[in-house]
Amino acid sequence: MSSSTIVSLPDQSTARLPKMNFLSREKGLLSWLLTGDHKRIATLYLISITFFFFIGGALAGLIRLELLTPQSDLMATDTYNKVFSMHGIIMIFFFLVPSVPATLGNFFIPMMIGAKDLALPKINLLSWYLYLAAGGLALYAMMNGGVDTGWTFTTPLSTHFLNTNVVTSGIAIFIAGFSSIFTGLNFIVTIHKMRCPGMTWFRLPLFVWSNYAASILMVLGTPVLAITLVLVVLERVAGIGVFDPTKGGDPLLFQHLFWFYSHPAVYIMILPGMGVISETVSTFSRKRVFGYTAVAFSSVAIAVFGFFVWAHHMFIMGISNYSMLVFSLLTMLVAVPSAIKIFNWAFTLYKGSITFETPMLYTFGFMGLFTIGGLTGVFLAASGTDIHLTETYFIVAHFHFVMVGGMLMAFLAGVHFWWPKMTGRMYPEKISQLAAIVTFIGFNFTFFPQFILGTLGMPRRYASYPPEFQVLNVFSTAGATILGVGYLLPLLYLTWSLRYGEIAGDNPWQATGLEWQTQSPPLTENFPAIPIMDHEAYDYEWLDTQKEKEVTSVG
Amino acid sequence: MSAPHDKDFESIEEHEHEHHIVSPKIYLTIVAILLVMTATTVGVSYLDMGLFNPIVALAIAAFKMVLVVLFFMHVKYSTKLTKLTVGAGVFTFLVLVGMTLSDYMTRAWGRW
Amino acid sequence: MSDSQVVVHVTAEGAHHEHLPYQRHHFETYAQQSDATNFAMWLFLLTEVMFFGGLFTAYLIYRNWYYPAFVEASHQLQIGWGTANTAVLITSSFTMAMGVWSAEMRRKGTLVLCLVITFILGLVFLGIKTIEYKEKYDKHHIPGFHYSLKTFLDPQSDPEVYSEYHDKPLALDMARHTEIYFFLYFAMTGMHALHMIIGIAILGFMIFRAQAGAYTTGHVTFVENFGLYWHFVDIIWIYLFPLLYLISRHQ
Repeated sequence: MSSSTIVSLPDQSTARLPKMNFLSREKGLLSWLLTGDHKRIATLYLISITFFFFIGGALAGLIRLELLTPQSDLMATDTYNKVFSMHGIIMIFFFLVPSVPATLGNFFIPMMIGAKDLALPKINLLSWYLYLAAGGLALYAMMNGGVDTGWTFTTPLSTHFLNTNVVTSGIAIFIAGFSSIFTGLNFIVTIHKMRCPGMTWFRLPLFVWSNYAASILMVLGTPVLAITLVLVVLERVAGIGVFDPTKGGDPLLFQHLFWFYSHPAVYIMILPGMGVISETVSTFSRKRVFGYTAVAFSSVAIAVFGFFVWAHHMFIMGISNYSMLVFSLLTMLVAVPSAIKIFNWAFTLYKGSITFETPMLYTFGFMGLFTIGGLTGVFLAASGTDIHLTETYFIVAHFHFVMVGGMLMAFLAGVHFWWPKMTGRMYPEKISQLAAIVTFIGFNFTFFPQFILGTLGMPRRYASYPPEFQVLNVFSTAGATILGVGYLLPLLYLTWSLRYGEIAGDNPWQATGLEWQTQSPPLTENFPAIPIMDHEAYDYEWLDTQKEKEVTSVG
Repeated sequence: MSAPHDKDFESIEEHEHEHHIVSPKIYLTIVAILLVMTATTVGVSYLDMGLFNPIVALAIAAFKMVLVVLFFMHVKYSTKLTKLTVGAGVFTFLVLVGMTLSDYMTRAWGRW
Repeated sequence: MSDSQVVVHVTAEGAHHEHLPYQRHHFETYAQQSDATNFAMWLFLLTEVMFFGGLFTAYLIYRNWYYPAFVEASHQLQIGWGTANTAVLITSSFTMAMGVWSAEMRRKGTLVLCLVITFILGLVFLGIKTIEYKEKYDKHHIPGFHYSLKTFLDPQSDPEVYSEYHDKPLALDMARHTEIYFFLYFAMTGMHALHMIIGIAILGFMIFRAQAGAYTTGHVTFVENFGLYWHFVDIIWIYLFPLLYLISRHQ
């Protein structure tokens, strides 16, 4: 590995954290619980989603432990159903959906556009409280006996054939949905209306474009999930018949409405991660992102096309053949903008000065794993192959590649990249690089065998399986153990760095972007004066002239 | 500040000068039309036009909606962004309804 | 009226900057704030459109599948009440728009009057809906609660409706599907009524604030944005009325 690095820290013997920053400005619990400061809210979110991530991770551990043996011997099959359902619900709604937007997006979008805060700070705080209420309700449901419908709540199983906490979980997700809607709404208004002078749309960092696209999906898609959950709750409580075949209802209507949101939801999850990758790829190859316009427009294209493809989750459920045709074709098309991004990032790397700091390791991990996950998505877009692969471990592997190998790696890349800016301190580089590599290795061991299991025919959501699948399952569980270590390490060293990390200074990565031109941690109002944007995004020549003008000593 | 005129940084005077105040006369005209169209849609529902009954009913409702949106909600006098936002909402709604219905309408088209 | 443009302010401690009292600190100018909050309200209305969208989708599918049941079930709704409610809501939209105009023209008295009339019309709407819901309760047409198929299996047992429409008796399975119509009726009008109740509550709050002069000093954003919400609720009803009441009245 190259020993060169772009990290540039101030002289540690004399460096201090700035006295006045958003953390020190006001003290006391109430100043945090009633804050309007987007950076504090982002910090609160970061702590909350980490908490839920580890709960979801523990549930994943239980799943993999059960699948070590072909029999359902660790837990009853009903319990296993509850474990994977809760794993899905917590990971999707309480970790992945808010991960980048509510933490990094909240923290950095105002700074990247040169604003003092988001447009609606009180709504931002409300978002967090809704998230907590939803999370609390979901935990209550889990401890009260869980829900075993799968995170997809498919009818009529969820409405007529199970007696678990469907209503409670449904309400919890309903509330979490509004948390997400308000975050997205806030971002859209902020990005449209609060850019500083000179900050045109095409000078915005691509992180902002990606979050903007994801926010459109949040605002337009999530309400449909909300009404769907209302209908499920009404069906369970009052027996109205909307999804009940005996009363003339159609269970498939639920799936249409549910997936109308839940497919855009996967783009809500991945787009902000792609935004992070744009930032890190540029910074760690010291080069502007290749094809800025293409990447920006592809974010919006993914958002728009993402609304047209939902029935590819329903190919075997009874939709018409013509629907299968149309949705299959549209799904193939939606892969194109994602591929455009991968190509553009690859071309950014070409002839760049690449260094291998931790965020870049995660970035490389993302590019490889997301590509594999995305390509397997194209196999599934073809309805012919989907009929054989759906509801098998191939699907499980596919979405874990894009969500964990893709999105979670991007989240970790972002957290490491912006950690010095948020906290003023650097994390320890060697152990973080080790953690990234351990994660990558663990991930591949966990999920690659699942592609094979899926093609061999192992169904998903089963606690027991035919014995010939055991070897691959053992591989997968072994990998999961390694993966768990890889995720535990950042929790430990990042916490450690809060006290003992090196002082980072304003711009340890020598990155472009307005957030790097101010102190770490930032002031409450972000900038001493509203900046005026007079250069393009990722303008490293501008950065060099800034350094030339920098005063390093007086007299 | 030497930045070009940024709409977001107007003073109150500039903002009010651009802010079009719709006159009560227009509102009166619109509410009259809306009430007449309501009577019309009720009357038409008593006629037997077969397939066209729902089409006419929805067309009248859509016309009323357009009037409320353009005049009561001031979209006619609003920025392009507002118009685009309304359009985006209508479009997404139509995608939800249209593409879902297309599945139901094509189910009977036979297997191949 | 000659409030000055905001100057960029330095750190908050002791820095002097000119601000309108109702302008929040993170906005640079009042125009920016009012544009941003207006846009935010429009985005919120988009979420409401998609929220109702799910119900409209369900309605369109089931109406297509069970048309005879929907026709006969809709005859159970009284067209008089429905038309009256539509007229009430449209008029309330007018008075709300006039309220916004009054605020823009800084006419406090007119504003309060318009808001009060809108408030009353909103209550009238809810009153009529209560009468209608009570009627459905009396006739056992509430899905899931002792739902009765009697009037659909034997229309002549309901002379009022039969004398107007002379409905044919439905087969048992089609008669069962009238429950789906009523579920949609209650879900859609109920969701609409919930939005009305929230609107009326906010109107009540606004009347007090308007009386205190909060909206007639140049800061009309709250009234304007609420107006958008109120018109939106009106638009939902503009579609609900023909879809629920006017399916086919020409028997």
